[in-house]
Amino acid sequence: MGFGISTIHVPLLRRGLPYRSLDTLPVRHHATGETLAEVSQANAGLLRRDLAAANLAAAAKALRGLGAARRVELCARAGELFRHAALPMGEGAPPQPPEEYVRVLSATSGLPWVLCRRNLEKVHYVLTRMELILRGLTRGLELSVLDQGRGLQGDVPVSFFAAADALGVVLPSNSPGVNSLWLPALALGVPVILKPGGEEPWTPWRIVQAFLAAGCPREALGFYPAGHDGGDVIVAGCGRALLFGDERTVARHAANPAVQVHGPGRSKVLIGPDEIGRWPEHLDVLVASIAENGGRSCVNASAVVVPSHADEIAEALARRLAEIRPRPADDPEALLAAFADRRVADALDASIEEGLREPGAVDVTARLRPAGTARRTDFEGGAYLLPTVVRCGSLAHPLGNREFLFPYASVVEVTAERMVEEIGPSLVVTAITRDREMVGRLLASPHVGRLNLGALPTSHVRWDQPHEGNLFEFLYRRRAIQWAGES
Amino acid sequence: MESSSTPSEVAAAAESALDVHLREVVRWHFSAETGTPFWLDWARRAGWDPAAEVTRFADLARFPHFVDEWLRDEPPERWVPRAFAGRPYKVFETGGTTGMPKQRVSWDDHLVDYTEFSKTLDDAAFPRGASWLMIGPTGPRRLRLAIEHLANLRGGSCFHVDLDPRWVVKLLGQKEVELANRYKDHVVDQAAMILKHRRVGCLFATPKLLEALGERLSIPAAGIKGVFCGGTSMTHQLVRFLVEEVLENKVAFVPTYGNTLMGLACSRPLLPEDNWSVTYYAPQPRAVLRVVDPGATDRLVDYGRFGRVELTTLTQEFFLPRFLERDEAERRHPCALYPWDGVGDVRPWGMLEKKVVEGVY
Repeated sequence: MGFGISTIHVPLLRRGLPYRSLDTLPVRHHATGETLAEVSQANAGLLRRDLAAANLAAAAKALRGLGAARRVELCARAGELFRHAALPMGEGAPPQPPEEYVRVLSATSGLPWVLCRRNLEKVHYVLTRMELILRGLTRGLELSVLDQGRGLQGDVPVSFFAAADALGVVLPSNSPGVNSLWLPALALGVPVILKPGGEEPWTPWRIVQAFLAAGCPREALGFYPAGHDGGDVIVAGCGRALLFGDERTVARHAANPAVQVHGPGRSKVLIGPDEIGRWPEHLDVLVASIAENGGRSCVNASAVVVPSHADEIAEALARRLAEIRPRPADDPEALLAAFADRRVADALDASIEEGLREPGAVDVTARLRPAGTARRTDFEGGAYLLPTVVRCGSLAHPLGNREFLFPYASVVEVTAERMVEEIGPSLVVTAITRDREMVGRLLASPHVGRLNLGALPTSHVRWDQPHEGNLFEFLYRRRAIQWAGES
Repeated sequence: MESSSTPSEVAAAAESALDVHLREVVRWHFSAETGTPFWLDWARRAGWDPAAEVTRFADLARFPHFVDEWLRDEPPERWVPRAFAGRPYKVFETGGTTGMPKQRVSWDDHLVDYTEFSKTLDDAAFPRGASWLMIGPTGPRRLRLAIEHLANLRGGSCFHVDLDPRWVVKLLGQKEVELANRYKDHVVDQAAMILKHRRVGCLFATPKLLEALGERLSIPAAGIKGVFCGGTSMTHQLVRFLVEEVLENKVAFVPTYGNTLMGLACSRPLLPEDNWSVTYYAPQPRAVLRVVDPGATDRLVDYGRFGRVELTTLTQEFFLPRFLERDEAERRHPCALYPWDGVGDVRPWGMLEKKVVEGVY
């Protein structure tokens, strides 16, 4: 699969206008190392200049001037263009049709085409169902209330104001789907300042191009590939920021209410005592929770917590997951993603091996893999980690409550009474149970971000529900209001 | 130099001028009458006589690389040439290092370096009689006196805003980024205050402070005509950004590369074909910069290749042979203005291999 085209240059978009920086970084094919694009990098001072309050205020004014209804339409148009159109692709490259986007995204991220397409559909879905999503985020607020600043919600007078003139988004490279998280900002009238992940400029770029083509005010769209210093400027310079990172990033910003950090999800599937006897019926939900999207998402389950039968469940799950093997990127059956940086794969593998040296954990998948195949394996030049199920003595074991960027899960036995207490912070919990007491404890738990009751995979997303914090509540604040003449 | 000379003749003339100067300086530091105690002791232990045996630059290879800890461990009087015995001297310290600082004694070197530098400045950009503002390390560093001397020499006076780089290095080392930024704001506040209340035409600042000042006010609108900038490495993009946006294409920008041990390396004026890549030239023959192979430091790298920057300082006040700077650079060709090797794209040594704490100053 040759990429024969001359290297693409991806510029910055400063207030929507292209700027070619003299600092560039290559984006390479994950397997061949071929440079597929040179990406302009923003220096910190340049970003600070562009994020000056007056610039952001002008951008917000232009976007809010459209009104909420037109912004929702704009999202829908951009969604269709994102899904179907050939969109501008930097300097020296012809417009990029969606198939080419899928191909190049797959080549640099290691995600197979089929998963790239699924993410493309996800972004399209979010953009074209924006009204539904906003209804979920605002609990049914008439969007004209945002335009007027005040109105009624039900029969209660309400007034909302934007907490910021821009939302900074520091994106990761692991999955293009995360872009769906920030999309409602534009519909809500808040300009975006995007810093793409080093290996994935493609999706945010394509979304921005779709919005430009749909007629969005240019200044509402900032695209700034940059180093860590640039990320810090974005976090400090936009009134609100979303960022993705590990435990340390989360801790660093924990005290800052203007920053929402998306860290490890530690999502889990719990089976209650009432359902555990029928565990074989739930294997499909477990497999989907662990392996969908190549296991790359924070909504993928990384632990299965059961009151009994853990050994059998681990064995059966391992058999199913061990069937998942690397396949060519264009194979519609491909489920695993290659690592864009093989050193990451090596490091994760080493970290699992280190964990396995602690007593109380067994890699159940190890002996089910084809003879001579290690967890860390190469296929067609790409670096892969094969799905791994670890039977752990407890969640406290170093491998008991860990999240990795591939299909990985521990299987842990915990008594039904202790389960909710022991799982700790979990972005998504699928609870396969009708046990009233257990459901009650889950509903009362402060640790569960999204609760799926019943046999729904952790990766199952209903878009009228907020995800990882409610973006509307993050971007807008409610003030008390009362007016004379009406009761 | 006659205008009819070919570039190679010009280079050869510069080389022989350097050798003449080198012989004088080495004789000075290693002879019993004028010599420097540190170097006289060194020669005794080394068992050879540099005063007699060093005749050309290549002979310096007989010296080991200068170890800058010597400037920390040996007291200043050990560096005073006997010829200057009894003459009070100034003690200058290197920039951002923590712990016991490295010190260099000086009588006039810091002034001479800037007198020479002044000759390279364009009067339109650095008008005679204009006031200067220096925003940067004062304290025990030579920069403060040097820039004030430069301003005075050009008929003006100089305002100063102090920045303590050691405090910045310490804050960054402790990951106190927020505090470091507040300190930067504190420095920039003071500079903005001076610019608001005093008429200033010329500026010295480090790149980061210049950038920060430009976020506070329009530098050309504040009356600044020329900026002399130094202190840390600058990428092509940063140079371009400073010229085009911070200085709004209206203010002359003169980048320099310098430190307490060398003096001041000037840059060749930027041309479009340089693509914003700055080339610096040492103030030969008073100091020589070479780009050497890090694996075999007696060898120069080829033109256009990166290597480690090696400094040799040759004045009556200070002899420093073959000091390996903590910088790497590309070896560049001589130019008409400076007919000896230049160093380009200077950046912290080993930048690609490890993270270096370079001050935000």
